[in-house]
Amino acid sequence: MSKPILSMRGINKSFGPVHVLRDVNFDAYSGKVTALVGDNGAGKSTLIKCIAGIYIADSGETYFADKKVSIGGPRDATELGIEVVYQDLALCDNLDIVHNMFLGREEKSGPTLDESKMEAMAKKTLDGLSVRTVKSIRQQVASLSGGQRQTVAIARAVLWNSKVVILDEPTAALGVAQTEQVLKLVRQLADNGLAVIVISHNLNDVFQVADNIAAMYLGSMAAQVEKSKVTQNDVVQLITTGRSENLSGAAK
Amino acid sequence: MSEQITIDKSLRDWWSRVKAGQTGALPALLGLLVLCLVFGSMSSVFLTPGNFANLLTQAAAVIVIAMGLVFVLLLGEIDLSAGYAAGVCGAVLVILITESDYQWWIAFPLSILVGVVLGGLIGYLVAELRIPSFVVTLATFLAFQGLLLLLVGEGGTIRIEDPVILAVENKNLSVSTSWLFFLFVSGAYLISGIWKFYRRKKAGLADNLFKFWLIKALTLVVIGAAATSALTVERSNNPELVSLRGIPYVVPVILVLLVGATFVLTKTSFGLHIYAVGGNAEAARRAGINVKMVRISAFMICSGFAAVAGMIFVSRANSISPTTGGSSTLLYAVGAAVIGGTSLFGGKGKVSDAILGGLVVAVIDNGMALLGYPAGIKFMVTGAVLLISASIDAFSRRGAATT
Repeated sequence: MSKPILSMRGINKSFGPVHVLRDVNFDAYSGKVTALVGDNGAGKSTLIKCIAGIYIADSGETYFADKKVSIGGPRDATELGIEVVYQDLALCDNLDIVHNMFLGREEKSGPTLDESKMEAMAKKTLDGLSVRTVKSIRQQVASLSGGQRQTVAIARAVLWNSKVVILDEPTAALGVAQTEQVLKLVRQLADNGLAVIVISHNLNDVFQVADNIAAMYLGSMAAQVEKSKVTQNDVVQLITTGRSENLSGAAK
Repeated sequence: MSEQITIDKSLRDWWSRVKAGQTGALPALLGLLVLCLVFGSMSSVFLTPGNFANLLTQAAAVIVIAMGLVFVLLLGEIDLSAGYAAGVCGAVLVILITESDYQWWIAFPLSILVGVVLGGLIGYLVAELRIPSFVVTLATFLAFQGLLLLLVGEGGTIRIEDPVILAVENKNLSVSTSWLFFLFVSGAYLISGIWKFYRRKKAGLADNLFKFWLIKALTLVVIGAAATSALTVERSNNPELVSLRGIPYVVPVILVLLVGATFVLTKTSFGLHIYAVGGNAEAARRAGINVKMVRISAFMICSGFAAVAGMIFVSRANSISPTTGGSSTLLYAVGAAVIGGTSLFGGKGKVSDAILGGLVVAVIDNGMALLGYPAGIKFMVTGAVLLISASIDAFSRRGAATT
């Protein structure tokens, strides 16, 4: 396997007396989808928040593109090209797609908004993701379906030439057809060369879209393995017990 | 053939937007039309140029307060004290001019500054301490009322004789200036609109809305021309003694405020952030927007507009009294904004809505007074109209949620 673009080594994080992350190692690769699985409370969200700069790890090292970095806040993560799409998407229903994508980072010409430039860039990004389900990018987000909203949130994340995109439960609230649509989009992101990290509880989705599976168990990384080397059963064992007979020694 | 299809399509796009709850100014516009027809048929005075000019000067102060309120309502907040903020700022203006002998061009900006500071105080309490704006402005409503009473002195009024301030509500542009003003405004409106579509076309962005916009723009220009010609008719009962023709000065004042506020809301990132905070404050915060600053600024703008309204009140009454900006002023202003199509839930509305809604409120007020109805009936009808428009808002929100 090639070198990871993002590599977390020996990450520890405690909240008071609760040791949430214990010596966690985690890698994400450009052009690959890495699924992060684990039971509730296993530490997935905390790990993601450490990557995104919302929490700061107590100890451990982070390497980005082979360089040691320290992520001290959300802005640091954004500057490195790490974007997070949260489960609630954080979209403004009353704004149109273009304005949502550029919210907080509007393109301006002089004192005024450069609507044409923003619209053209938004269009290009959506085309690059092969999104054809949206009728007009000037329609309000309120009028979009769940899958389309997810699409807009993802498009916003990749608009800024980001290198790592983290998706928190992207299919949790979606129907069958829309799940399919979003998974295709996730695949497309990786094929476009981004490192994609997906948190998911749905192992079917994970096995459909992921190249790599990282399973967490009670705050430690049970294993990070290539999908082709494991079965769903192995992953279920990793999630529930932290071990799997088939993998003993195969992965660290 | 293809042209017909594009118009057809843009009309259908527009209709689907209406059905999806983005009714915009349509209900208020229809309401205004119906009211004018009803009052016009029942009263011989209602549709005369004299009454039309009267209507504009009557509506002006409430319209200006409502325009400022739109900024606060867009955030899903409310400012109950905007009426008395107008009173306080009007009192400051009068006192500075009559007692401290300041020129109007110093006193007026100072009174606006007072408004902005008052708004900043409200905004700080709402944004920083997160006290609900309803409670904060209920408190400032009482406090400003008291402040006004202290400034003016109990039971007293202070007269003002500054000719410039008095001219705003009592004098008119000359006939030729009126037409020049009309030509300038409609020309600027048409050119800026065409320029926008031209630039979009050059940037390669498909657009089938141009013809639709052109129809709307030309209709507006025709209405403007009709209004200008009505206002340039002699409306004095005794033309030899004193001639009364032309556009009242307050109209250009309101138009300048309209253009400025609309520019800020639709063309700048600050305006976009106001809509964003009103739509989803948490999303705005995560997008890196300084939500507190946006909230505080909106309240400052609102009270700044109230200060301008204070000046208009003073100009109309030739004086300031302890009740200026009181009684039904604020409620009419909120009503005007909501009737025009601004949502009390935040995130939806335009400054031009406030003008439309303000005209509806003023037409009811004016028309029913002409027909000799008592004030009680007037209030009840205004209340009913407000309820109807709030229901339209609520229904359209439901429509938007189910599509």
